[in-house]
Amino acid sequence: MISLENIVKEYHTRLGPRRVLDNVSFQLERGRNIGILGCNGAGKSTLIRLLSGAERPTSGRIRREMSVSWPLAFGGAFQTHLTGLDNLKFVCRVYGVDYKPLVPFVEEFTELGVYFREPVMHYSHGMLTRLAFALSIAIEFDCFLIDEAMVVGDVRFHERCHVEMFHKRKDRAFILVSHDANVIKLYCERASVLHEGRLYHFDNVDAAYDFYMDELGMRHAKRVIEV
Amino acid sequence: MSLLRSPEIVAFRRSLAVQRRVIGALLMREVITRFGRDNFGAMWLVFEPMLFTLGVAALWTAAAMNHGSSIPIVAFAVTGYSSVLLWRNCASRCSMAIEANLSLMYHRNVQAIDVFFTRILLEIAGATASFIILSVIFIVIDWMTFPVDLGKVLGGWLLLAWFGASLALLIGAGTAYSHVVEKLWHPAAYLLFPMSGAAFMVDWLPDTLQQVVLLLPMVHGVELLREGWFGNTVRTHYDAGYMATCCLILTWLGMHYVREAGRKLESR
Repeated sequence: MISLENIVKEYHTRLGPRRVLDNVSFQLERGRNIGILGCNGAGKSTLIRLLSGAERPTSGRIRREMSVSWPLAFGGAFQTHLTGLDNLKFVCRVYGVDYKPLVPFVEEFTELGVYFREPVMHYSHGMLTRLAFALSIAIEFDCFLIDEAMVVGDVRFHERCHVEMFHKRKDRAFILVSHDANVIKLYCERASVLHEGRLYHFDNVDAAYDFYMDELGMRHAKRVIEV
Repeated sequence: MSLLRSPEIVAFRRSLAVQRRVIGALLMREVITRFGRDNFGAMWLVFEPMLFTLGVAALWTAAAMNHGSSIPIVAFAVTGYSSVLLWRNCASRCSMAIEANLSLMYHRNVQAIDVFFTRILLEIAGATASFIILSVIFIVIDWMTFPVDLGKVLGGWLLLAWFGASLALLIGAGTAYSHVVEKLWHPAAYLLFPMSGAAFMVDWLPDTLQQVVLLLPMVHGVELLREGWFGNTVRTHYDAGYMATCCLILTWLGMHYVREAGRKLESR
């Protein structure tokens, strides 16, 4: 299980502290999933950073009783001088996994060919994304963190990610954040909406969807009136 | 035995295993990213300080620096400049180290302290290997004598390494707090070199200046190292206890601020 209790996250700005997450709480059981809907700037990425452990909350507690991945397809930790294989080795060392049995899968999925053993600085954007995705699913986590905005690519890549993540690993838990209500509707069994730093819970995805659309609509309406 | 199986000890040993693994991974990564695989690769870790020390030894010889004692200038330069590199490189490499490795923090087990430990370990290893290789070469060609008391040389070297490590933690955490620390570290490192005891023996100085210079912890380490190397041919002034106390305080401060810096870390 993973649980968040009254998480508050504030960032310092010149005009004083700015609260990005305000008393966010939720729980996720092993093998279950949750979608978190939010507009740009709602705090989705901050939530992912706290969940992955990259940053600490200002207050509140995060308990992880299952292994939690780093954000899916996050390639920011790549060193340009390292090869794809080096990066696989690094990640495996950090998580205490033998890298050798994983080489065939990563080579096959990334379709990098000879570039698998070339420095990452010679990779195209698509090659980087494929490598990043392959590495994050090569390690077997109980719960995956998915920031939908990070998994960008063509239709075929999306399809292969879909198969790897939602078919081959359908027994795993995941937390998916997105601004796209349709994505959440497609993959998640329940959903919450992150709005102005607060997390609103709903029994089913449709209720969350309606709330989200209303909020969007209201904001849009307000803006029209202000203009 | 029951103590070894208590939950705290088990948890501690598990954490220790994770930390060892992470530092091992970071070491491999750091070596490849810093030195690459071309030409000498990781050997540059040793060559770099060697070249520095050799260059300084050559300069001091050419300038025929008047150092008012019977110590050969090459031996004086090797013992002195190696000591400077040992502590100064540790601190310089840890300056801004978190910022350079921020994206690694997405892997929960990678913490700020691991990044610092990795860089400190590499610098100490490089400086030590460079010191040993240069000493062996100069002893073989008879430009340097074999140390009179190897124990004291080792003691001085270890104290200097400890000083470097504790200073590195403090500078590393400091730069994560404020870039001002990084700006101040450069002139500080530059100005501390002539005062660090590398280019003089404390005994050559007037009494009042001796008191001032001996406030700096690293001076004690260099003096101890040189007493070990040259024995009775030099008069030394040092207090290993004073240096160890300074290092202990610096270590405590360093660890404290590294933890604080880790808490307020903002990745992106």
